[in-house]
Amino acid sequence: MTAELAVFITMGAAAAVTASAVVLSKNTVHAVIYLVMNLFSIAVLYLALSAQMVAFLQIIIYAGAIMVLFLFTVMMLNMTGAVEAAEDRLLKQKPLAAALGLMLIAEVVMGTVGLFSKPSGSMAIEDGFGSAGEVGSRLFFGYMLPFEVTSILLLAAIVGSVVLARKKDEE
Amino acid sequence: MGYAWLAIGFPLLGSLINGIFGRFLPKKAVGWTACFAVGASFAVSALVFAQMLVMPETSRHVVSALYTWLEAGGFRADMAILIDALSVTMMLVVTGVGLLIHIYSVGYMGGDTGFSRFFAYMNLFVASMLLLVMAENFVVLFIGWELVGICSYLLISFWYEKPSAAAAGRKAFITTRIGDVGFTLGVVLIAAVLGTVSYDAVFGRIIGVGSDMAAAIALLLLIGAIGKSAQLPLHVWLPDAMEGPTPVSALIHAATMVTAGVYLIVRAAPIFVQAPWVLALAAGIGAATALFASSVALVENDIKRVLAYSTISQIGLMFLAVGAGAFAAGMFHLVTHAFFKSLLFLGAGSVMHALSGNTSLNKMGGLAKKMRATYAAMVIGALAMAGIFPLSGFFSKEALLAGAFHAPFFGRIVYAAGLAVSVMTAFYIFRLIYKTFHGESRMSEEGWRHAHESPISMTAPMSLLALGAVCVGWIGLPSRIGQVVIASNNAFEEFLRGSVSAVAFGNEAVSQWWMAAAALGAGLLGIFAAWCCFIRFRGIASVFVRKLSGVYQMLVSGFWIDQAYDRVFIRSGRALAGFMARQVDIGIIDGAVNGIAGCVGSVSGMLSRVQTGYMRSYALAVLAGAVVIAGYALFILK
Amino acid sequence: MLPVGYYIALSSFMFAVGAVGVIVRRNPIIMLMCIELMLNAGNLALIAFSRWNASMDGHVFVFVVITAAAAEAAVGLGIIVAVFRQKSGDIDMDSLSEMKG
Repeated sequence: MTAELAVFITMGAAAAVTASAVVLSKNTVHAVIYLVMNLFSIAVLYLALSAQMVAFLQIIIYAGAIMVLFLFTVMMLNMTGAVEAAEDRLLKQKPLAAALGLMLIAEVVMGTVGLFSKPSGSMAIEDGFGSAGEVGSRLFFGYMLPFEVTSILLLAAIVGSVVLARKKDEE
Repeated sequence: MGYAWLAIGFPLLGSLINGIFGRFLPKKAVGWTACFAVGASFAVSALVFAQMLVMPETSRHVVSALYTWLEAGGFRADMAILIDALSVTMMLVVTGVGLLIHIYSVGYMGGDTGFSRFFAYMNLFVASMLLLVMAENFVVLFIGWELVGICSYLLISFWYEKPSAAAAGRKAFITTRIGDVGFTLGVVLIAAVLGTVSYDAVFGRIIGVGSDMAAAIALLLLIGAIGKSAQLPLHVWLPDAMEGPTPVSALIHAATMVTAGVYLIVRAAPIFVQAPWVLALAAGIGAATALFASSVALVENDIKRVLAYSTISQIGLMFLAVGAGAFAAGMFHLVTHAFFKSLLFLGAGSVMHALSGNTSLNKMGGLAKKMRATYAAMVIGALAMAGIFPLSGFFSKEALLAGAFHAPFFGRIVYAAGLAVSVMTAFYIFRLIYKTFHGESRMSEEGWRHAHESPISMTAPMSLLALGAVCVGWIGLPSRIGQVVIASNNAFEEFLRGSVSAVAFGNEAVSQWWMAAAALGAGLLGIFAAWCCFIRFRGIASVFVRKLSGVYQMLVSGFWIDQAYDRVFIRSGRALAGFMARQVDIGIIDGAVNGIAGCVGSVSGMLSRVQTGYMRSYALAVLAGAVVIAGYALFILK
Repeated sequence: MLPVGYYIALSSFMFAVGAVGVIVRRNPIIMLMCIELMLNAGNLALIAFSRWNASMDGHVFVFVVITAAAAEAAVGLGIIVAVFRQKSGDIDMDSLSEMKG
């Protein structure tokens, strides 16, 4: 039992459990919390995979900013989850969706059987793998264009959310 | 003799001028143009005739080709005319009688609004008829054949606003079309089997073809002749064709177009001679038609319809003679018939003109006092038709009957039939004369006062035709008399012999004295019977009608042939057309087209139900698609 | 390093759970969160493969994905707020079916 395996088992289990909990919980606030916990587990897994920069990004942006935004909205709109108590018109979809999900997992697992054995070749990585410096140099030397486009995407999102949230009488 | 083309060209030009510019020209100019065109054509024909007379007999066969019209593979058809005795004879008849009728029409049609249109059509007809008789090959003949059919249609339904006239035009065209199908097939067969359509070549090659094929060709051509010449069973259009103006009836349906069938048989005689039974068939049909038509004419009460049935009957006699092999006799009667029949028609037109369009014999009477010239002309025509010596009809009818007598099959029987027809002919034509001109007037007071003699433009042509009806017969004086009077044999027959085998089966149509006497006697008997019925003992006719009412009904309705055709062909044709229109066209075809549209509509309606509006359903569909694609990518693409 | 298949299995599990959640839940906030779950699953797979191939490209990809997720969450929440203003009470996704047909 290597350390990596132990980390994987615990964090993996935590991620799986919290993911299911997000889908199954009735209370909206609980669901948000579960998702935050899920994101933390994933971040730990990133660290195990030598992706330090991405792990920190995940915690800061994803778990920190986005989830807080979700919480803001939930609190502001006072969503209690009562909608789920009403009658579901599309009941037939539940088992069908569950079946499809299982099929998807089975497909992926069976299709990637070769990936479950120990890697034979060397998978040595250099020292700075996954560090901020490496990510930065990659961004600015190889992927400059996607970087800029992403910033435009953020601009669009900002404008969009401002427009959407405006009250109508503020013309 | 290339200038002979002008005979066709002049009337064609006249037709174009009157057709295009007629509306803007004064009536006088239109009439002059038309008459001048035909007159010039007559002059050309006379010139050709004169030139032919000085040629030696063996070279009276001139071909003049304008250009090659069809050429495909080894087959050729030129636009060519043939000048020989037969075509010259027909040219003279068509242009001569045509000229007189055109002059008559200037007066007769003077008050009609379609004046220029009438003369355009008439000139076109003359040109087409000339093309027909002057043709050098079967293709040009066919062109002329179809053209005269069109002109006949146009002229019968000249007053096209009248529904009965339009219907009569259609009936004529459709009925002759049936005959034309046979004719077309015959020409096609000639081209296919013999490889050529030129007369000379065809007649040369027909001998080697075998009598079955020749019989087939001859039979098909005969069908065409039956249609065009209104013989049984395709005669039904001619009485109705009287809806057209009287000059039209005179020119087309008495003198020229309806005789085209006889001309065809004589022209294609070499083909017919190869299959004698077809000639026998023609003779039989002619005899039957002659008997049928003259019996119907006995009871007909419309003055023009009497003459129409009379035409059918006389052409039947021509078919009889030609079928018996006496081609010259048949052509002789064609020529004399052209004169006295058109004379009778023009006279009838004159009477109708005086009585403001009344055609019923029952409403006429006593007109002899008021219309002397017309009366005289019609009596001459009637005497000629009855075959009274020494008018033209006597000689031609006698030649006909002699030809029938010497027929190689049932000679005695057809001769007897011919005699019976002669008696009936004389009877009905003099019945017409007596009812129209003699006795007391059966018309209204006002009608009587209005009745007047026709203007000189109408009576002058009639007089000239009457002169022809008297004299034309003398060209065909049988050899015995001719030897005495003009020291020649039957001049007409001699003339024709140059071009066409004037006889077949060695049928010289030699007449004996007793035959001549019998023919004359038959005519006199008919006249006497008519005089008895209608002048002396007035009541006899109505007694006959009462006693033999069944026979009378049968005669009046034309042996119910029209009704039979209506039942068998017309009703079923209408039913089929109705079926096709409703069930096939609306039901099947429209149904299919509309059905496709409906299908598309319903399918799209079904498909649009997929868009439920629920976003979760769409997400489910996306997931399903993702599963499918993932499976494909992971398992199948490997 | 562990066999990469383990991480892939976990990633696919999370993805399936997120997909089912989108279909089954009617609360829009939960649906958005399930979408985030799916994005995360994708990120995990990317990082795992990137480590396996010793290449930094996967990290850059994840960087962009996180940015896009942030933008999408912002706009999505804005939409929810705007819709919420129209209706009183909680929003049922099923009632927003005007795109029917």
